[in-house]
Amino acid sequence: MKVRIFVTLKDGVLDPQGKAIHHALESLDFAGVNGVRAGKLLELDVDPSVSREEIDKMCSKLLANTVIENYEIELAETALEPNS
Amino acid sequence: MQSAVIVFPGSNCDRDMAVALETVSGQKPHMIWHGDSELPSGLDIIAIPGGFSYGDYLRSGAMASRSSIIKPIMEAAQRGVKILGVCNGFQILTETGLLPGALMRNSNIHFVCKDAELDVVNTDSKFTSRYAGNTLTSIPVAHHDGNYFADNDTLDKLENDDRIVFRYRSDINGSSRNIAGIMNDAGNVLGMMPHPERAIDKKHGGTDGLPLFESLLN
Repeated sequence: MKVRIFVTLKDGVLDPQGKAIHHALESLDFAGVNGVRAGKLLELDVDPSVSREEIDKMCSKLLANTVIENYEIELAETALEPNS
Repeated sequence: MQSAVIVFPGSNCDRDMAVALETVSGQKPHMIWHGDSELPSGLDIIAIPGGFSYGDYLRSGAMASRSSIIKPIMEAAQRGVKILGVCNGFQILTETGLLPGALMRNSNIHFVCKDAELDVVNTDSKFTSRYAGNTLTSIPVAHHDGNYFADNDTLDKLENDDRIVFRYRSDINGSSRNIAGIMNDAGNVLGMMPHPERAIDKKHGGTDGLPLFESLLN
């Protein structure tokens, strides 16, 4: 089973990387971008027996630093199959 | 003074830290590999050195803070053993939860590598008793992720409890309230981004880091 975990900075936490990307977009003359926030996507291949609670624990214990980051868990079983 | 220096894959200031500890104490520190699950008994100070443990994978300090040596370090912290985390060591201490907050990418994105002017804000701590009050101190910094972040309640608490030990004189990395180093509530765990072990000999260009190591002897 494929699980996607999106780790993003909490609102109010300065994101220098996102800001730099925003500036780079502007310098390439892309107009209308109001802001950029950079984050991480982690893709886990886990046994079907692994519970949602366990995945949640993985996120809070290691994958995200909840002082500064939020995380979202997406079960992506079918979407990530090679031929689907 | 019995000391230990924890060595992770990617640590690169472990030797400098050992030299500094030996210089003041005359005793060779134990060099402890991260995969060990025990510390030598009778330690007075455990140093977590700078570097790029695990290549800063996931987040700076994230992998190292889940190593097997961390459990005995947490237990030692509970017993009141002094723990000093410098640079990557500070990042590791926040990741373990021994210190509050987090160290994020420098606000201007750049790696900052220079002598930083610091104020020793608290000269009563176990780590800074040999500094004279309110003196300007110059200690090298070299980091990419030194931008200290914590919520306002945490920052107020750190301030009110005199747990901010070092502050930058000017903003060099975006740190909240110019924080360069903080202590835990009990005052036996210090994390700081500047490298005192790189300023203990005139040949280093300065000796402003020396009083920190001398304070450990008390």
